[in-house]
Amino acid sequence: MAKIRVEATINGEEVEFLCVGQESLLEALRDGLGMTGTKEGCTTGDCGACSIVLDGRLVPSCLVLAAEADGRTVETIEGVAEGTKLTPVQQQFLEHGALQCGVCTPGFIVAAEKLLETNPDPTEEEARYYLAGNLCRCTGYDKIIKAVLEAAAVMRETRA
Amino acid sequence: MSQEASRFEAPTEVDGAVALLAAEDGARVLAGGTDLLVQMRLGAGAPPVFVDVKRIPRLMATQLDATGLVIGAGVPAAEIFENESIKGLWPGVAEATDLIGSTQVQGRATWTGNLCNASPAADSVPALIACGAVAVIAGPKGEREVAVENFTTGPGQTVLERGELVVEFKLAAPAPHSADAYLRLIPRTEMDIAVVGAGVQLTLDDGGVVQQARVVLGAVAPTALLVEDAGAALVGTRLEDAALNAAAAAASAAANPIADKRGTVEYRKKIAGVLTKRAAKIAYERAQAR
Repeated sequence: MAKIRVEATINGEEVEFLCVGQESLLEALRDGLGMTGTKEGCTTGDCGACSIVLDGRLVPSCLVLAAEADGRTVETIEGVAEGTKLTPVQQQFLEHGALQCGVCTPGFIVAAEKLLETNPDPTEEEARYYLAGNLCRCTGYDKIIKAVLEAAAVMRETRA
Repeated sequence: MSQEASRFEAPTEVDGAVALLAAEDGARVLAGGTDLLVQMRLGAGAPPVFVDVKRIPRLMATQLDATGLVIGAGVPAAEIFENESIKGLWPGVAEATDLIGSTQVQGRATWTGNLCNASPAADSVPALIACGAVAVIAGPKGEREVAVENFTTGPGQTVLERGELVVEFKLAAPAPHSADAYLRLIPRTEMDIAVVGAGVQLTLDDGGVVQQARVVLGAVAPTALLVEDAGAALVGTRLEDAALNAAAAAASAAANPIADKRGTVEYRKKIAGVLTKRAAKIAYERAQAR
């Protein structure tokens, strides 16, 4: 069967790729496009490792079909930093040591960026609820939450 | 279910979706995919054709006016919960919607999927039933409307026939002094499946006496249960203890749950009553404030 041709805007660039009907956007990103920053965890929408932003909305890319992305805008972890310049969220993850094995980290960063875009001053509780769909089996979450809240503070200062 | 490559169709009109669904055995509607794609990964196999309905404008539209809400079947939970007008008019429905999965899942999941997946523990379903929501179904013979309480016929089973899909939901604007609430019990604070859910909508008169009451339980029977006896126990009262106890007893009596690792039959029946009382009190306070 002929493959499906998809044109999408990924991290600001027009991208074309081919996929089969049941292929997930996660698979297309990683295997087809070589964008392996987005991680595969559970493939059932439970772990958040594959979080991306699709037309402005945070979604698990394992539960999006690649073909659905035609004409849509996709933002992945590869598009978060500006070149080598890290965002405050990324910088605070480093400074707080908010990662160990690192598999959950791209999903956390993508989700945290979205959280702070919509809520620049989240409470700890709000941050924990927003990120409840991002699972981390190494850190115990505390350092991640501290990093996110600190990044929020840095971003507020920068804007002020 | 085929192991061959699936086709992917994204019609832009309802008729196109109906034609695709009617034409092929096993054709599946893809809205949020948070059940369909999970089932596929868990071994159900890929359908021969996915019918993505999110390019049909009617299925992505939200129309809210003085008569109520008409909302497309493809609108994700996150968009519903972000809508302050919907939250203000149907706070219980909004609460239930916000309980579905994670932030990421809410970016995809829809009321339609929650209803059509037909899990007895679906959170949005009891809340929608409490508010009298109606599902608009399109199919080869035209359109029909089905009250949400009549939509699910058993676990994983619905009234949908071949070629049919849900295209939108209708919610009538709440009457004066009306409000709803939804509560669920889970063993943790977030991201779990209801052990018991309870949705209540109350309409009061000017003196605070309940004129109409709808009590709906989730996760305690093969489908969500509209418990008319529990509602009747609240009508004509100001939610005095005796009325609340009678409603709770009716809810516990109507509950017909399974026992599993998340709760025994006895526990779930008891909690059905407890949540009925608590949700009724919240709905009452909200209704008084209107």
